[in-house]
Amino acid sequence: MDTFRIGTGAGFSSDRLDPAVDLVERGNLDCLVLECLGERTVAFAHRDRMADPARGYNSHLERRMRALLPACRKVGTVMTTNMGAANPRAAAERTVAVARELGLKGLKVACIEGDDVSALVPKDQPLMDEPGTLSDIKMPVVGMNAYLGADAIIPALDAGADVIIGGRLADPSMFLAPIAHDFGWDAADMPRMGAGTLVGHLLECGMQVTGGYFADPGVKEVANLAECGYPIAEVQSDGSVIITKLGGTGGCVNTQTVKEQLLYEVHDPARYLTPDVTADFSRVDIQAAGEDRVRVSNAGGSKRPDTLKVTVGFDGGFQGEAGVSYAGPAAQERGRLAAEIVTQRMARVHGIEADLRIDLIGVSSLFATAGVCAADAQDVRLHATLRSPTKEHAELMLWEVESLLCCGPAGGGGYRGAIMPCVMTKSVLIARERVKPTLDILVA
Amino acid sequence: MNASRRNARRIVRDIAHARAGDKGNTSNINVWAYDAADFELLKHTLTPERIKRAFPHLIRGKVKRYVLEHLHGLNFVMQDALEGGVNTSLNLDSHGKSWSYLILGLELDGANEES
Repeated sequence: MDTFRIGTGAGFSSDRLDPAVDLVERGNLDCLVLECLGERTVAFAHRDRMADPARGYNSHLERRMRALLPACRKVGTVMTTNMGAANPRAAAERTVAVARELGLKGLKVACIEGDDVSALVPKDQPLMDEPGTLSDIKMPVVGMNAYLGADAIIPALDAGADVIIGGRLADPSMFLAPIAHDFGWDAADMPRMGAGTLVGHLLECGMQVTGGYFADPGVKEVANLAECGYPIAEVQSDGSVIITKLGGTGGCVNTQTVKEQLLYEVHDPARYLTPDVTADFSRVDIQAAGEDRVRVSNAGGSKRPDTLKVTVGFDGGFQGEAGVSYAGPAAQERGRLAAEIVTQRMARVHGIEADLRIDLIGVSSLFATAGVCAADAQDVRLHATLRSPTKEHAELMLWEVESLLCCGPAGGGGYRGAIMPCVMTKSVLIARERVKPTLDILVA
Repeated sequence: MNASRRNARRIVRDIAHARAGDKGNTSNINVWAYDAADFELLKHTLTPERIKRAFPHLIRGKVKRYVLEHLHGLNFVMQDALEGGVNTSLNLDSHGKSWSYLILGLELDGANEES
């Protein structure tokens, strides 16, 4: 039976590279997908592009291409990626330049654009998940990108591209497109669109289905997580699939890892919306099929949405983070006193009260609002965070926390502080027919 | 020691595993029984009401539970449960990725009593 082999070479913007090289070299893949774009990643990329028009694509692109392109060409593996982020054109041109340096003459690099819809969305467009419109957000817009589906990618496969680079290509669509193209599935065959989407959904976060983000010593043991392997899907023409990984790699593929990923960031399991289909994961069958092999089948699907989701990115100003540690007897009390001092001085001396949060790491931080608290910690870290449109507010907060070294409670040490740029995102919808993806083929 | 005493400190993590994800200010957590035999207990323990009652300051909106009977799994979709979401939350974990361990830390015994 004809099997289509597709694997993941990155499940987020900063995912590991060496296991991706291993996967291409030994995986005998038809297609490798590098999924590198979150909602906020694309907004950060727009900020990069505004600072330098030659940038705005994934900062690891060049290193990834250098490591992966020779192996991909040798095996005949097509690469699909959204590493183009806010600047697919620059990413494609950079990839062609790398291919030429590597002597990969004739390599065909497809550049998919048209996801930038900032000229098409009106200022008073209603927000998708909440009341109000875009004009209610009092921050500068940095970019607007519509999620493109498999129908934007398939023309690049028809054109025989070796590397397909886009911006806001929807995560599962990057997997569905090559699968549907290989088997000749009809885009109106909704159960198959649902099945291919499920493959994409299970693989799009990389190692989250092969033992990454899973280990919990004592209850969920995972062997050799430091050498975890990326996932491989062996897809059949009926849409059923085996999820597996390379032999000799760390991690594990079992029914538990697959289940956790099945509903990762899914709300109603019977209605998972993508640009391609309303997928139904509610009746999916998951069966162990040997060591590190799990068979998944019976995904469903119905009509695709008439609208596409658009991520609107805003310049969110700056976030400052600063910390100082206390240890030993009464560490918590000293940490709390330090927090009171910072809060008081930020308000009284600097007149800044909003958007400041102070936690005591080790006592109560991640679960502070949930009301979960460790009573007996003797090694605690005051952690202050402030977000502001004004960089100076963040600088003042860092200064206040650092001043605790001489002016705060006894025994404080280990001050660190940093200020990072911030983005904000909102979602709106756009009628599908208004978005016109374009394709350009560049040859090395 | 009688059975209920011995079980007094059993927590959800003893019978189930979970993963959390975020979309905007909505958190979803999927929870799976290791053993099919424990699924009824899991369902009984983790009602939407129990979860909302356990963390009233964090989970401020509606909690909806989807049941995948054949896979012995539950999916909780919790609105207004991420301190504003990744764009505005000042929590160190602004995605609420660690929320799965809030659920896994709940006690199995006396599950649906007022906390």
